[in-house]
Amino acid sequence: MSVDRQSAAAEVTQDSGAAGELRRETMIINMGPQHPSTHGVLRLLLELDGETVLSCTPIIGYLHTGIEKNIEYRTWQQGVTFVTRADYLSSFFNELGYCLAAEKLLGVQAPPRAQVLRVLFCEMNRIASHLVWLATSGLELGAVSVMLYGFRERETILDIFEAATGLRMNHAYIRIGGVLMDLHEGGVDRIEDFLGVMPGRIAEYESLLSGNPIWIARNRGVGPLPAADALRLGVTGPTLRASGVARDVRRDEPYSGYDTYEFDVITREEGDCYARFEVRIEEMKQSLAIVEQCVDRLRKPGPVMIEDPKVRWPAQLEVGPDGIGNSQAYVTHIMEESMEALIHHFKMVTEGVSVPSGEVYVPVESPRGELGMYVVSDGTNRPYRVKIRDPSFVNLQAVPQMVRGGLVADTIAAIASVDPVMGGVDR
Amino acid sequence: MTLAELADRVRTRYPDVAVARDEVTVVVGREELLEALGALRLELGLDSMVSVTATDWPGRDPRFWVAYELYSNEHRHRLRVKVGLSEDDARIPSVTAAFPTADWHERETYDFYGIVFEGHPDLRRILLPEDWEGWPLRKTEELGGVNTRFHGAFIPPVDRRST
Repeated sequence: MSVDRQSAAAEVTQDSGAAGELRRETMIINMGPQHPSTHGVLRLLLELDGETVLSCTPIIGYLHTGIEKNIEYRTWQQGVTFVTRADYLSSFFNELGYCLAAEKLLGVQAPPRAQVLRVLFCEMNRIASHLVWLATSGLELGAVSVMLYGFRERETILDIFEAATGLRMNHAYIRIGGVLMDLHEGGVDRIEDFLGVMPGRIAEYESLLSGNPIWIARNRGVGPLPAADALRLGVTGPTLRASGVARDVRRDEPYSGYDTYEFDVITREEGDCYARFEVRIEEMKQSLAIVEQCVDRLRKPGPVMIEDPKVRWPAQLEVGPDGIGNSQAYVTHIMEESMEALIHHFKMVTEGVSVPSGEVYVPVESPRGELGMYVVSDGTNRPYRVKIRDPSFVNLQAVPQMVRGGLVADTIAAIASVDPVMGGVDR
Repeated sequence: MTLAELADRVRTRYPDVAVARDEVTVVVGREELLEALGALRLELGLDSMVSVTATDWPGRDPRFWVAYELYSNEHRHRLRVKVGLSEDDARIPSVTAAFPTADWHERETYDFYGIVFEGHPDLRRILLPEDWEGWPLRKTEELGGVNTRFHGAFIPPVDRRST
């Protein structure tokens, strides 16, 4: 933290006036961008009167990497690998939003099994993301054990992701027209094992925090955000639902078959940090319920990529002896059997799919709220414009309102309760 | 309310309505933007400003299209409002007074495209450094081709890098 020297004299000095009033000077203080509790590289300019926050100005952009510009220079399929890196804690949601938008422009739909896999991995991702939120906000408020437990369970989920997609993060697993590959052998068993363990773990977090007087003191009534203000500021996701507004894209505008799953939209009325904690804990349970329903549906085999050769990615993957690799049968087919297949392969890989011109806005419910993809095509093989409407970017605008009038220590709790991911904010 | 009904309701006041891929888009002039957003909010419940952004079409007139994504919390329908801006007069009234959430969205659009939102309380760059020159998401700007802050190095645009 650096202190503005000119206004650092925040000591209350006795005024020489007859009334003996206190003269107050405020202090401007920088929190971040390298502050352990700013969830990456968020910088807050705080104006303080002693310990009380008078105003707060978030300053962002430290993680800007030009993802939206970069996508315009790549093919439609390559776009997946860029969007997945925006909000790196909810990679699957970025991929899903982008692919749904591209599919909407193309007028195609992923096969049912691919949709189940998409929902499955999204909900697992939601749990993983909420676990990171729980772990980091626990740490920031002094509950170090919760940090260790949260990251432990997240690791289990990331192992499942790695086994299924090849990568722990930035999976590029959801592709235009379906998903990269079907779940590997034993994948379902692994997820079922996780489903058996996880409810007990969530109960453990609750036993550590829910009744904990310190946790309640640090969160109850802190960072208040009434529903009207939340709506005015465009807040979505758990932060909005903790203010009593039952808005959830999965239920309001179902995609990928969410209307066929049973789950509850969790809300709380209080609109404080504690309510946000409760909403996210309950959402993890709901996500577990959805994953369970997905596992049931996975018993029926089927294709995971659409058949249309003008859209589908031509390469086939297969787990080789070293754990990775291309399908030998497919390589033999294009290299030795069919010249047309080889030409098609190279045309699809180098030039890619051409998408009819038009524009769409596709929202999905990410762990942080409404993640929207505004995608414009000019009819070529490259996206003309991809705007990622990231929920963290919008929700951060509510932080000044939440922390005004509170203590500096409460600012930490308030930021944590919004769960911003700067990769998504700055893109 | 179905999509067609929504489109018809909008069309009675603002005739330039298109329905494509289950989405309704209305094009309004920039001088009627604020009034239109107010009317849509009042009559069709479109009370949420979800996103504001722009697209750049150099060589065309209008060159810029600013797109506002609206959502109704009550009726759960969506509408896109678009305003075209010419190259030499890329100005548009800010909607922050009616939709405070548009604050950062408009700053981002200004930052990326150089479109000026008149009446915005604090129109500064938001994602790029304050001293950045140019409007990076305009199609006329190349990818790369910037001086880095380190050792005076220059990174050429992607299509001019040797491999």
